[in-house]
Amino acid sequence: MMLSARHVSWSAGAVPILREVSVDVRRGEFLGVIGPNGSGKTSLMALLAGIRSPKTGEILLDGVPIARLSRREVARRLAFVEQQAETTERITARQAVELGRTPYLGALSPWSAADDAIVDAALENVGMRHLADRGWHALSGGERQRLHIARALAQEPEILLLDEPTNHLDIAHQLGLLDLVRRQGLTVVAALHDLNHAAMFCDRIAILEKGRLIALGTPREVLTVERIREVFRVDVAIDHHGAGECSIRYHAPGKAGAATRLKVV
Amino acid sequence: MSRSFSSIGRAGAALLLLVAALWMGAAVGETSIPLEVVARTVANRLWGAGYPLDPIDEGIVWNYRLSRAVVAACCGAALALSGAVLQALLRNPLADPYILGISAGASTGAVGVAILGLGSGLLTLPAGAFLGAVLAFALVSLLAAKAGRGRSAIILAGVAGSQLFNALTSFIVTKAANAEQARGIMFWLLGNLSGIRWPDVSLALPAAVLGLGVCLWHARALDAFTFGADSAASLGIPVRRTYVVLVGASAMMTAAMVSIVGSIGFVGLVIPHAARMLVGVRHGVLLPAAALIGAVFMIVADVLSRILIAGQVLPIGVITALIGAPAFAFLLGQRRAQA
Repeated sequence: MMLSARHVSWSAGAVPILREVSVDVRRGEFLGVIGPNGSGKTSLMALLAGIRSPKTGEILLDGVPIARLSRREVARRLAFVEQQAETTERITARQAVELGRTPYLGALSPWSAADDAIVDAALENVGMRHLADRGWHALSGGERQRLHIARALAQEPEILLLDEPTNHLDIAHQLGLLDLVRRQGLTVVAALHDLNHAAMFCDRIAILEKGRLIALGTPREVLTVERIREVFRVDVAIDHHGAGECSIRYHAPGKAGAATRLKVV
Repeated sequence: MSRSFSSIGRAGAALLLLVAALWMGAAVGETSIPLEVVARTVANRLWGAGYPLDPIDEGIVWNYRLSRAVVAACCGAALALSGAVLQALLRNPLADPYILGISAGASTGAVGVAILGLGSGLLTLPAGAFLGAVLAFALVSLLAAKAGRGRSAIILAGVAGSQLFNALTSFIVTKAANAEQARGIMFWLLGNLSGIRWPDVSLALPAAVLGLGVCLWHARALDAFTFGADSAASLGIPVRRTYVVLVGASAMMTAAMVSIVGSIGFVGLVIPHAARMLVGVRHGVLLPAAALIGAVFMIVADVLSRILIAGQVLPIGVITALIGAPAFAFLLGQRRAQA
């Protein structure tokens, strides 16, 4: 129970986005958060990262309310990769990763050789060391996302929070990135769009619908034909392989079955 | 080891450049004074060296030109720092105290104290300028927040805020000032270093040094804003506190300079971009570089304002705009070519 949301609610102005969500993240697990657009995934990630405060309820980091910890303390234990963080500054790939050392640096603890080594290792880890001196603007979307992961790793966190990390990447980069994240052996919470990715990579999946947590469990437990139809409004067939794995086949809307159900909706 | 040596070397070179610019600023003018006379004057005044000098030359160098050059340097450094900090915090390459209405607000505050007697003697002119600057930025931020999230919102709000506060200043001046006051204030508003004496240095220098210190202390925090405020927060930066402290420092520096020399455009906008091209984007190096370039630029601009038209002194704001506007156009083109 290292990171927990306790009955958190959040609204954007008068519009409620999250209602009474409670979830405990277990040490070492890969927890996926899925849900349709507007279900509150991004808001939940921002609350878990402590960069927004819930209207009601609280976020606990190792049992301590995150609001009571300093930003710096949080950043040493928990790294957050936003959806599409961009810049117009002319920084290099390496400089973007060096930002990850920010929570450890201060007037009395300047940049050291140890920091260089950690940054090198993070670049190596994501396979970007050969592009370290390349300018940010000359990098592809996949390379930039890898650098954001490397920046997060340079924070040496226990927990990695990712908000739709594979947006705008081609399929090979999507799978490569999620595999890279899983290989770190960290506790991971990731908002994901693709149900198959969630099924492939997650130990557990949380499903959000209209700001409420409606299911939490292993992929096999929570990804059912009925629930996917209710929440995502698509018809699917689910194939089970072996012990816990499953994969999802989508039926195009308008084909057999879908049309009649859409009328009901 | 080599790293610290090179940074000491660079700091030394920067200091030399600044001294050279001040030296030149004191020597060049309507009557040219030899460099060694400038050096001897400084030696006489600071260490009582006792060189025999023409008292008129010595007076011109010490009482007029040197104090003026020091204030010009402080002003250039402070404006460039404010611009660099605002550009980083707002992640907007067009941000600077002049465009965001901070200078205009400071002018209104200063005029309010000087002419209307706001604060009934409790507020000094610089304090009034600071209140005006903070008020203007608060108003502009509010307007930008209402206008939406776009990048141009804060700039458009700044333009509107500048117009509003300039109008208020004109209104106050027209309504309450006599003709002579009005003329003096209008000249001051365009940016003017004519009346500068040593007492002005005692405000300009501490303001610039304190501002530089506060900004440098937050250099890494400014770096952390590269990918936005949320990214800075997730890197462990207390965003709101950083924002308040740094905007406060920018307003303080701008207000101090406006209350001494009036509002001067383009320095805060262009100099940080020039510094970025020269030394890169890391604020630990960028901020001192911007301060130095701003200081040297202002000293040179002041010299030009004195010698460009014989027998006349141009408002320094005219010089900075004449150089700054084309330089800005050039930078915009460069940016586009590289994007």
